[in-house]
Amino acid sequence: MRITVLIPSALALCATAAVAETVLPANIEFNEGAIETPLTDAPGDPARGREIMISRGKGNCVACHDVAALKDAPFHGEVGPPLDFVGEYRSAAELRGIVANAKQTFEGTVMPAFYKTTGFVRPGDAYTGKAAPADLPPILTAQEIEDVVAFLQTLKEG
Amino acid sequence: MKYKPMTAIAVTLAAIGTAAFADADDHQLVINGETEIVTEAAAPDHMENIDTIYSGWRFRSEETQALEADDFDNPGMIAVDQAMDSWSTVEGDKNKSCASCHGDDPAESMAGVRAVYPKWNDDAGEVRTLAMQINGCRESQMGAEPYGYTSAKMTAMEALISVQSRGLPVNVAIDGPARETWEKGKEIYYTRYGQLELSCANCHEENYGNHIRADHLSQGQINGFPTYRLKNTKLNQVQARFKGCVRDTRAETFNPGSPEFIALELYVASRGNGLSVSAPSVRN
Ligand code: HEC
Ligand code: HEC
Repeated sequence: MRITVLIPSALALCATAAVAETVLPANIEFNEGAIETPLTDAPGDPARGREIMISRGKGNCVACHDVAALKDAPFHGEVGPPLDFVGEYRSAAELRGIVANAKQTFEGTVMPAFYKTTGFVRPGDAYTGKAAPADLPPILTAQEIEDVVAFLQTLKEG
Repeated sequence: MKYKPMTAIAVTLAAIGTAAFADADDHQLVINGETEIVTEAAAPDHMENIDTIYSGWRFRSEETQALEADDFDNPGMIAVDQAMDSWSTVEGDKNKSCASCHGDDPAESMAGVRAVYPKWNDDAGEVRTLAMQINGCRESQMGAEPYGYTSAKMTAMEALISVQSRGLPVNVAIDGPARETWEKGKEIYYTRYGQLELSCANCHEENYGNHIRADHLSQGQINGFPTYRLKNTKLNQVQARFKGCVRDTRAETFNPGSPEFIALELYVASRGNGLSVSAPSVRN
């Protein structure tokens, strides 16, 4: 009896884990701005995080932040603070919270929320100027947030 | 990072020569060696968060600035010449041109006009932008087709009319019947639109002087419109510029000519009260 019950449920667990073990934007719990639990099961990939940070259509983080480690991408902005060494004094949970929704950490900040899908005024469909689709995706996926967090953690002295 | 308290810190940093901080520069604009342009002035009383207003010219590179100092170098002046032809071209079923009503020389009839627009129009019972007034004349006085709101012909005609006010201070009225529209424009200016949740103020009030990627943020003043942009090599209408900035916040934009952009234009124009009209200007 036990065996016949267990096998199907274990299979079911595996099947869902492979595709959809991600926390949706609406289900995130912030703890003083931080997010303790990773948004996906797969560990973040710092190399992919690096690309997301310089890509205009993705994070475009260097539009506002100066990051010495990303100097191969031209033109870093001055709207936010430099992020060198941010992995030194910020925990992964804090970084995850800031990238997902910085307004939970810095009230009223100009830094956009990268993992948020509702509560906007006249949301658009990316940079087309047209209205957003009903199921507006977050700017970055759960995995992309983890990738960026993984890269930020590499920004340490020495 | 540009609220008033931050400025002091930034200035200190610049003084010790470490920061890449670059606010408005201290250059002066004199066009054709004769028309002095006020590019810096005390902020009008209605502005709450800024003490000094600057023309966008003060944030551009020396090369770009130089193009505006001499009409022979200013690519926007070509459109002024083209609009001069339109000025005296008869169109529409009333057999009239602009010149039929306003005379052959716009320098006489149009001096000072641009400086006070957008402006309340009593007959129409609405605030009118210069573009609306131009189309108002075309439709009711000439019986001609209106220009597209941000079309090349409209933008050129605005340039011709604006250049007659060059050097005069922007002096847009915000009281009386225009007040309600102005309040609406102010609300739009401070609303954080789009998926990036950014307002005009986030970029042009809190962060002017800072770079956002390759762009050196100005105060987003409109005393220089229409503006010739080296980036798209044409004269740009002010509401087309608004549309681009709203689009860049990942927002659904408003349309040029919409009540929202008319109100926004009045409000943004009033933030430049005291700067000289200097159109057509040159930007990157
Ligand atoms: C439009 C501007 C803007 C963009 C784009 C932006 N940020 Fe920020 N960021 C800020 C500002 C401003 C702050 C400072 C918080 C405050 O006081 O408002 C900040 C703060 C941070 C901090 C905290 C730094 C510290 O010292 O505690 C991190 C980490 C960060 N940003 C990472 C990112 C990453 C990663 C991206 C892209 C995925 C990004 N930012 C995109 C403006 C921006
Ligand atoms: C994400 C940042 C951002 C936001 C938000 C933004 N702008 Fe801009 N804007 C820019 C940049 C970058 C430029 C080009 C550099 C400059 O002139 O400041 C610019 C240029 C302008 C100019 C041209 C100024 C000149 O001298 O030629 C105007 C006018 C303007 N913006 C108005 C607005 C208005 C009105 C809003 C709100 C509806 C707005 N902007 C929102 C980034 C922004």
